[in-house]
Amino acid sequence: MARITHLDVNGKRRPIDADPERTLLSVLRDDLDLTGTKYGCGEGQCAACTVLVEGQPTKSCLTKVGAVAEKKIVTIEGLAPEGKLHPVQEAFLEADALQCGWCTPGMILGAVGLLKRSPHPTDAEIVSGMNGHICRCGTYPRIVKAIHTAAGKGAKA
Amino acid sequence: MITRRDFFAVIGGGIVIWIASDADAQESGGGGRRGMTQRMPQQVSAWLHVDEDGLVTVYTGKVEVGQNSRTSLTQAAAEELHLAPANIRMVMGDTAVTPFDMGTFGSMTTPQMWPQIRRAAAAAREMLIDLASQKWSVERGGIHIVDGKVVAGSRSATFAELTKGQQLSGTIPSSPSLTPATEWKVAGTSVAKVDGAAMVTGAHKYAYDVKRPGMLYGKVLYPPEYGAKLVSLDSSAAEAMPGVKVVRDTFKANRGLAGQELVGVVARDPLTAEKALAALKAQWSPVTGTPDSKTVYQHYKETARGGAATNPNLVPYQVAYIAHVPLEPRAAVAEFDASGKLTVWTGTQRPFGVRSELAEDLGLSEEQVHVLMPDTGSGYGGKHNGDAALEAARLARAAGKPVKRNWSREDEMTWAYFRPGGLIEVHGAVNPDGTLASWEFHNYNSGPSGLQTPYEAAQKTEQVHNADSPLRQGSYRGLAGTANHFVRECYMDELAHSAKLDPLEFRLKNLKNDRLRQVLQAAVDKFGWQAKKKTAGHGFGLACGLEKGGYVAACAEVAVTNGAVKVVRVAQAFECGAIVNPEHLSNQVEGAIAMGIGGALFEAIQFADAKLQTNRLSKYRVPRFADIPVIQTVLVDRKDIPSAGAGETPIMAIAPAIGNAIFDATGRRIRSLPMAANGVSV
Repeated sequence: MARITHLDVNGKRRPIDADPERTLLSVLRDDLDLTGTKYGCGEGQCAACTVLVEGQPTKSCLTKVGAVAEKKIVTIEGLAPEGKLHPVQEAFLEADALQCGWCTPGMILGAVGLLKRSPHPTDAEIVSGMNGHICRCGTYPRIVKAIHTAAGKGAKA
Repeated sequence: MITRRDFFAVIGGGIVIWIASDADAQESGGGGRRGMTQRMPQQVSAWLHVDEDGLVTVYTGKVEVGQNSRTSLTQAAAEELHLAPANIRMVMGDTAVTPFDMGTFGSMTTPQMWPQIRRAAAAAREMLIDLASQKWSVERGGIHIVDGKVVAGSRSATFAELTKGQQLSGTIPSSPSLTPATEWKVAGTSVAKVDGAAMVTGAHKYAYDVKRPGMLYGKVLYPPEYGAKLVSLDSSAAEAMPGVKVVRDTFKANRGLAGQELVGVVARDPLTAEKALAALKAQWSPVTGTPDSKTVYQHYKETARGGAATNPNLVPYQVAYIAHVPLEPRAAVAEFDASGKLTVWTGTQRPFGVRSELAEDLGLSEEQVHVLMPDTGSGYGGKHNGDAALEAARLARAAGKPVKRNWSREDEMTWAYFRPGGLIEVHGAVNPDGTLASWEFHNYNSGPSGLQTPYEAAQKTEQVHNADSPLRQGSYRGLAGTANHFVRECYMDELAHSAKLDPLEFRLKNLKNDRLRQVLQAAVDKFGWQAKKKTAGHGFGLACGLEKGGYVAACAEVAVTNGAVKVVRVAQAFECGAIVNPEHLSNQVEGAIAMGIGGALFEAIQFADAKLQTNRLSKYRVPRFADIPVIQTVLVDRKDIPSAGAGETPIMAIAPAIGNAIFDATGRRIRSLPMAANGVSV
């Protein structure tokens, strides 16, 4: 397969030169300096690497860059493009829903995806929708609260 | 011009001496061999500087690992300077510019660094008033600092206008005038997380994110079994790959069970490095006769230094090794400059300790090594030493270029150190009136923290038996406090039941410590302990304890369904003196409960034949959303007592509270952590 020469990230066509077998995670972080997307496990168990591909939360550690070359990718850096925070980002700050912050970008993008599928989720829907994300600091109850708050503000991707 | 470094060296004041016992050294992850005795500078300029742009920069060797020390220390400076937190910039854990610090562990930031920053800021405040007094020829008494401005009548000046970028020269008085907790305006309030906005936008840079010009990516070959030695290596296929360099080197000392030898590869991108690593053909000596995760408890007893306990009535409990699983694994970037000076960016709780490790390993002076700690994605006691830093440095030296050495999750879960496993034996006797007649407690291998019972007993024997650990072990949030509290509080429950006493009543009968009684009462009140009603499959348990100036009590309700344990509800009270930041304290307490549920119910390192079987997140379960109960916290604010740390003690009561609740629900007393990795048999 030919090398990948462009990637559509955060609304921009970014030139790259990558082996199609490389993970999207590595290309975002190592080539494009979009280090807001985090590595946590490399096997899709923690979802710290979550980005939006065509609006869907996607684990970038399991995604080959060759598979998303023609797709629209949004990373955490693209969620507040004009400097105004997305309602989910605001809600995370308001609820103090983070400690070390390593899981936060993936958590926020996962929540954005959840709210798109289910604009007013119940506690149970948040738990089942977000259960693939690990917050080792254990701020889970605050994240649930933040998602409710964002839902109340009509958060949309 | 003298540099900050020289300044400390020339004028540094008061000497702080730390005495580490063998057990402390073991628990601190093998660190602390050097640098235990250091000067704590008493010059104000060592701790803070009024910048020309109007911000005040505060310097501390403590680091931010998610526990919000950056915020709490900002509050300390803001409070005493009467300055808004937004005008304070914290520089943390940079060995070139911050005063020496032993490390961020042991819940010491709040009791030690927090008052130190307050003292420095209070002294600075008085110096600013002196400057204004001289400049305006106004009596000191007529000068005040209000909202970051020095004011005397109609005159006013910003800090920067008074200092004009010059250092504040002077020392911190032995008893500077500090604002009492009852008058705090910034301290004691829920100041929002400093850098929170950068974290939710992905802008915040962590150790894993550091990039340097010309940087290469490094990978390291580890033995297939811990303790195995390299017999032969064929690296020809890897070396034939474009841009790949294979590095063979030897560390000065053994790096835990990964051995002394370094076999690594560097390449221009991570995938090539990974492929080169996979192309190495290595043969290793086999390892035999090591204990496994089932036989290790007997192994502790057999290898106990000074012998094992002899009382035949002792009841054994077991505690498994568990992993920290910081979501950001260890990471380092190392770079040598043309003069041979080394700079390392790494995620560590002990930047100065890592500097010593690097200097020692590479044969450099400490002045030739600069360690910077960008914030790291959590530690929980797991990032005390410089494993990734040492690898990065040796690879960078061999490659002649900066090298990034980010550990994978598998590296982290195999070659980092673990919370020690332990065998704990306990026995107690109760008098007819419900008071404790005797208490005997033996901890094999897991450690001394939280060993001493807070309960009164006529006779007490409490002992730690150091033993051989087949796995590399070290510090973990709360150290052995979690293990010792688990056993003590579960066994207290056993005694209460055999004496036919209510567990709360039995504890209160044997407890004189007022602060502990107060949190116990606060927890049971919040939980509604007295009014609780048993339903089928549900049970209630409580536990309490104290450690490092923190007092904790938890009540838990569990539901056991077909052997599966679900924690339904937890009420936990915590007291650590005057509260520095209520929201962040509550967050710590909740997080400790969430993390503690993992070690209580299902986290365990499995190992056999010198292999770690739980080397990935798919093989090692950590708490997730679905595991989290309804959590109610009660924070007891004691403004009359100096603030203590809160990162550790809140994890100690949850496991025994759950264990006691499982007993209440099922009649089964589970004497091992984790208690329900595969459910409980009912």
